[in-house]
Amino acid sequence: MTDLTRLTAARMAEGLAAGDFTSEALTQAHLDRIERLNPVLNAYLQVDTEGALATARAVDAARAAGESLPRLAGVPVAVKDIACTVGIPTTAGSRMLEGWVPPYDATIVTRLKEARMPILGKTNMDEFAMGSSTEHSAYGPTRNPWDLERIPGGSGGGSSAAVAAYLAPLAIGSDTGGSIRQPAAVTGTVGTKPTYGGVSRYGVIALASSLDQIGPCARTVADAALLHEVVAGHDPMDSTSIDAPVPPVLEASATRDLTGLRVGVVREISGEGFQAGVLARFEEAVEELKALGAEVVEVSCPHFRYAMAAYYLILPSEASSNLARYDAMRYGLRVGPDGVDSPSAEQVMGASRDAGFGDEVKRRIILGTYALSSGYYDAYYGQAQKVRTLIARDFEAAFSQADVLVSPTAPTTAFRIGDQTEDPMTMYLNDIATIPANLAGVPGLSLPVGVADEDGLPVGLQVLAPATEDQRLYAVAAALEERLHTAWGGPVLDRAPTVESQEVPA
Amino acid sequence: MSTRTRTAETVVPFEEVMRRFDPVMGLEVHVELNTATKMFCGCATEFGAEPNTQVCPVCLGLPGALPVVNHAAVESAIRIGLALNCEIASWCRFARKNYFYPDMPKNFQTSQYDEPIAFGGYLDVEHDDGAGGTEVFRVGIERAHMEEDTGKSLHVGGSTGRIHGADYSLVDYNRAGIPLIEIVTTPLTGAGERAPEIAKAYVSALRDLLKALGVSDVRMEQGSMRCDANVSLRAKVSDDPASVEQAAVPLGTRTETKNVNSLRSVERAVRYEITRHAAVLDSGSPITQETRHWHEDTGVTTSGRPKSDADDYRYFPEPDLVPVAPTREDVERLRATLPEPPQERRKRLQADWGYSDLEMRDVVNAGALEVIEDTVAAGATPAAARKWWTGELARRANSEGVEVTAMGVTPAHVAELDGLVRDGRLNDSMARQVLEGVLAGEGGPAEVADARGLELVQDDGALEAAVDKVIAAHPDVADKIRDGKVQAAGALIGQVMKEMRGQADAAKARALILERLGVS
Ligand SMILES: [Zn+2]
Repeated sequence: MTDLTRLTAARMAEGLAAGDFTSEALTQAHLDRIERLNPVLNAYLQVDTEGALATARAVDAARAAGESLPRLAGVPVAVKDIACTVGIPTTAGSRMLEGWVPPYDATIVTRLKEARMPILGKTNMDEFAMGSSTEHSAYGPTRNPWDLERIPGGSGGGSSAAVAAYLAPLAIGSDTGGSIRQPAAVTGTVGTKPTYGGVSRYGVIALASSLDQIGPCARTVADAALLHEVVAGHDPMDSTSIDAPVPPVLEASATRDLTGLRVGVVREISGEGFQAGVLARFEEAVEELKALGAEVVEVSCPHFRYAMAAYYLILPSEASSNLARYDAMRYGLRVGPDGVDSPSAEQVMGASRDAGFGDEVKRRIILGTYALSSGYYDAYYGQAQKVRTLIARDFEAAFSQADVLVSPTAPTTAFRIGDQTEDPMTMYLNDIATIPANLAGVPGLSLPVGVADEDGLPVGLQVLAPATEDQRLYAVAAALEERLHTAWGGPVLDRAPTVESQEVPA
Repeated sequence: MSTRTRTAETVVPFEEVMRRFDPVMGLEVHVELNTATKMFCGCATEFGAEPNTQVCPVCLGLPGALPVVNHAAVESAIRIGLALNCEIASWCRFARKNYFYPDMPKNFQTSQYDEPIAFGGYLDVEHDDGAGGTEVFRVGIERAHMEEDTGKSLHVGGSTGRIHGADYSLVDYNRAGIPLIEIVTTPLTGAGERAPEIAKAYVSALRDLLKALGVSDVRMEQGSMRCDANVSLRAKVSDDPASVEQAAVPLGTRTETKNVNSLRSVERAVRYEITRHAAVLDSGSPITQETRHWHEDTGVTTSGRPKSDADDYRYFPEPDLVPVAPTREDVERLRATLPEPPQERRKRLQADWGYSDLEMRDVVNAGALEVIEDTVAAGATPAAARKWWTGELARRANSEGVEVTAMGVTPAHVAELDGLVRDGRLNDSMARQVLEGVLAGEGGPAEVADARGLELVQDDGALEAAVDKVIAAHPDVADKIRDGKVQAAGALIGQVMKEMRGQADAAKARALILERLGVS
């Protein structure tokens, strides 16, 4: 019997519709695999066995009764632990929210439920989405299925590892500076950060409100497009949500020819500081794009070099305010200060925040509090917002010369767990190529373009498009993916060693 | 370090302060809008509901929740701005005001900072000029901006009812997220000794305006309208507080007095702070820039927390909300909905009612315009409505320290009472007794009159007999009247009323006396 977990989500949907197998069997296959491998990978923080199976059975019954069902009905999905789910604890990877069960669903969760997709569980992440490795989770790091001693990227390493290890065909991620795209790149999967406002943020725990965006994680471009369509679209509960039809991403994911398309290679994020094997795969992919009929031009975005500095002012500033609500007064961790008999509310707030937040979170809260202080605001936050405008103008200029832009998604392949935790600056540089899209609100997608010669680990290519033109990402990625799969004889994930074959690190 | 004692501080008599100092005020009024739902979520806003029953993920600040602007609140804000002669921003944003406090669910308040919805207006306030006339003082409106209210803390235990010293605190988040408009005046100079009453007149005029706009319940006792009064003193250099020389003197250090929650308290609190500042300055100490708490009961302010320009709320534009950008057409459409401006309305009512300037001023000063309008609408004559509300009822309200409308007597009661008098069923002194009964909660005027057995005797025979008896008993007075000293009839009327044990119509008695004595 075929292993159902190895199918694409599109194939699962077809199989369910054709009655080849039931959603219960499909969901159970994933739950079995999670039970077996999650203790090693730590991709899931919560597994909702009963909830997922209940949805699966209901879908099977509805199908048997001849009801018409949404396309992905019965196809299971994993959700990053940053989205609120009624009845399933939601922690954002933090001790602060350990055991907190939301009384409401995030809009995207409601949409998954409306699409009748069984929710397998909640995936691991860097605490409050701050990190590029998932090592900053309060619940331990997630391991990369390609090499258990390596990181799966971050902050959404749980979702990317789950998808790469066939613990879920699809997963929801969130991307503030690369948290969907960089994990996709280092795990050999596909991930999209839609246009800012393209997917509702309501009920998704905020890191930096003006940068956060929710998106799909998948093993193929078409699968990502399927999930994108389910969660995207206007939501009156999110004021920043775009009130316009969802870009035709699914249609675009059938593209096989790029004749006439202008592809811009961004000089500033495609060379210096990037690992040799990453650059080699990237350059080959650009050649493939030419072979698909695209016209490749080099573009320059001179202000991208300030993106990192601006990002690390805007993000901490907004985060310092967004995370102020975790004060032990209404929900979450509450501890009293040591040696104080009847502590004041202020003392409880202080002690709880000290105990509940990890070092990286504290680092950014302190940074943001400082950057917003009177006397420093103009020099830091104000200046960073100006850089943001300049970066948006760089994009505008670049998009006048090219329909899409491309770069390597991350400067390196997956690094070893523990290698960068002592050096925040090195860690921050993992997002150097992904951050500009968040600052400008434009959409980006990462797809695998092979493995690096030096370490055999996957390399991602990033496609960027103008705001609300998300379908262009899928057109370019789908055509390139098809060509690469044909050349390789299958997806890059086929080259990953099985988790079972690897020695479990101590 | 500030003290939190309630000991009254030294003050200088107000008149003496005014000889040496020039007061400057700034008034910040918070108004809760009466929209059906909160500022950024769909929760109900009804006053007095069970604690924490009008809450949702948004106004509780749960992880992941996001705000959505209530457009009805924005429209109210624009209408308030227009009525205060403000410019309306064509584009403005909300900002986050960051500070930690348990009654603030997100630990930031979504407010407006440097981009208010309305700015640069004024409100003309009429007040007594001290010489029997009326003066208009123009109160500059710096800005009116939108924000959300906080929750309400109840500190249990301890002696002060404040957070310090309390055993524990309870928080009701029903109020969290109620739409507020904060209306901030420019520094008000040139008021001189009239400063306290102008402060009161401004808040009163603002209350009337907001009521006429229908945007708020404006009930100070329920906290739907709250006033903070900033006061400072500077040296007096001219007898004319509005002179150029006086304007050139730099402003002194100010204090901000919170919780001034009645019209009467606004005047008292400003007056108290003026006299306290003078005493501090006379002692050679500087004024501490701080918030102060007003105590309605003792009539003093006490030191709150020190406030300085270094208070750092780390304001930044609220990234979860899109800018508010009313179009020209929106603004004009809202302008067309504005009610008649209060001053024009006052002129119209004065003409309709036939009041003299002096009478009208008394009515306005007593805050009785609305209630008289309602009383006339209920059937009373304008003269009777004025007489009751600015006379007997105003006196009672003043001695009890409450608003004239808060005593349980309604416009309908007064109109009914006036009807009884005009029908000849009650005379003046009986009507006053009936009013006593209404105030005591014995029921409506007719009910009280019946219960207390108060009714004019309609039997002319008894009255005639009494008149004849009194004339016979006072021949000297009768002679004076016959000689044309008609005013002497008053003494005989008094005797007749005594005979009748008050149950007679004095006008009728007078007419009968004059008729009997052949002078009518
Ligand atoms: Zn609410």
